[in-house]
Amino acid sequence: MSEKLMVKGNEAMAEAAIRAGCRLYFGYPITPQSELTEYMARRLPEVKGTFLQSESEVAAVNMIYGAASTGTRVMTSTSSPGFSLMQEGVSYITGAQLPCVFINVVRGGPGLGDIQPAQSDYFQGTKGGGHGDYRLITLAPSSIQEAVDLIPLAFELADEYRNPSLILADGMLGQMMEPVSFSEFKDLSELPDHSDWAMQGNEGREPHKITSFDIDPNKLEEMNMVYNEKYKEIMEKEVRYEATQVKDAEYIMVAYGTMGRILSNVLKMARNEGIKVGLFRPISLWPFPYKALNDLIKGKKGVLTVEMSTGQMVEDVKLGVNGEIPVNFYGRTGGVVPTPNEVLEQLKQMIGRGE
Amino acid sequence: MSAIKTFKRPNALSSKEFTYCPGCHHGIVHRLIAEIIDEFEIQGKTLMVAPVGCSVFAYTFFDVDGTVAAHGRAPAVATGMKRARPDNIVFTYQGDGDLAAIGTAEIIHAANRGEKITTIFINNAIYGMTGGQMAPTTLLGMKTTTSPYGRKAENEGYPIHVCELLKETAGVAYLERVTVNSPSEVIKAKKAIKKAFTAQIKGLGFSLVEVLSTCPTNWGMSPKEAMKWLDENMKKEFPIGVFVDKVGDEK
Repeated sequence: MSEKLMVKGNEAMAEAAIRAGCRLYFGYPITPQSELTEYMARRLPEVKGTFLQSESEVAAVNMIYGAASTGTRVMTSTSSPGFSLMQEGVSYITGAQLPCVFINVVRGGPGLGDIQPAQSDYFQGTKGGGHGDYRLITLAPSSIQEAVDLIPLAFELADEYRNPSLILADGMLGQMMEPVSFSEFKDLSELPDHSDWAMQGNEGREPHKITSFDIDPNKLEEMNMVYNEKYKEIMEKEVRYEATQVKDAEYIMVAYGTMGRILSNVLKMARNEGIKVGLFRPISLWPFPYKALNDLIKGKKGVLTVEMSTGQMVEDVKLGVNGEIPVNFYGRTGGVVPTPNEVLEQLKQMIGRGE
Repeated sequence: MSAIKTFKRPNALSSKEFTYCPGCHHGIVHRLIAEIIDEFEIQGKTLMVAPVGCSVFAYTFFDVDGTVAAHGRAPAVATGMKRARPDNIVFTYQGDGDLAAIGTAEIIHAANRGEKITTIFINNAIYGMTGGQMAPTTLLGMKTTTSPYGRKAENEGYPIHVCELLKETAGVAYLERVTVNSPSEVIKAKKAIKKAFTAQIKGLGFSLVEVLSTCPTNWGMSPKEAMKWLDENMKKEFPIGVFVDKVGDEK
């Protein structure tokens, strides 16, 4: 770990990707993530990498498809409307089993929405915004440091499972500045070369064919079963979450990303007032930590899920809780970020101590 | 004693049987590309991007590493490959719906960037795989399943001229429109494809060869009638010839 530097979230994520061995980036400007694209444009040539600004997000995601087909570490970043445009390509990339990383710095929606932080793309990331039976490994950092730490993991998981990873950030994480320490530069010779399946030229071997396509339904089903086995393994092995002060808690708050971080303040405020509450923060949104949540809520009185949306992750929280205790929801949307006081009030109302 | 030349399948073609209809020109063009790959001895480093359309299986017909792109996106996919591995030879194979309708943005920007890839563009003025719908290159008055009264300029606009559009983009190194409906035209087409690959091998920029082709099945003609129709109608709308040549002639 290096000394701590004061860095903007978007730039920190770009630097983390470069340090993770990514030397190839395709992307299209969109607020509030453009600093990530700009940083790559400036920085990649310094490290003998390649940056290309595409003509659209549609082109960007297909450039990612092409580069990932060759087994090269590659990424793109965008914000909500741009990630919508990429969904066709995301579907093809999962079907073709190509490793790569997406960063969505989420902003308010739907439609053109606004450019403020939001969490309303949870469904798009975790439930599949494109067509077909597929999943994205979706990781949600709650600080810039955590984003920087999750990016190498996102690449490694993508390589291991030959499936794209998504860093689901938001406009707050993208735009704010924090002290961050970066890991050392990854030795590029240690990156997997994927020569066992990638398109690198068939000199001395049978040609490699990369596709999400088979006209025979039985064969396509077989392909889907391969993906599905992989997804089962990911659900088994790659669940990540953070649980704080849950042991003696009577109530559990659940939030991810920026909202999770705000709730860590609410947790302190509530505890100071003697409210026995704990915080559960999923880090992997897919695979969602259903079992961990279910184990945790045994004997508790209720759950409060808080999101910067009208309620998306709360559906997974309910699946995890499985009807055992009441699940309440509080959300602000359209780019509005709930304050700690606002959430504390909701918590008090839930436990019958509302003012 | 002179060497005996045997007519055989080019090495760069796989042993898979083509899925094309009788009289369709895809097979001829596939063979020409494969012959060029053999002649340049680049089979071991060629990467192929097939489109969505009748030639969706093309990535299986060539004995090179291959993939199939989303509809229209082959130039972007090829760009990703070439930028990742500049020493490989990358080509896309696309039809008129793929390249000139849904993929218009991708082809224009790949050409304009001077992306060092090669595109073989099959223009048969109709959508084949989906069953004979109107293409952006469908001729005025031509009947298709989605222009059943004949294409009208007032409603559907005019046939789009890809080479004429692309010749204005500075990144293009080689651009030619050809046909393959006679032996002499096949020889000319092969020269054009050879020059297009030469442009890439020499790193001169983007190259594209448009091949005016028949679709007897969806035109509702015999292969012979289709050849004649192409000569009498398509060539009038889409004049054959060289639009850009930064490669020059072999000495």
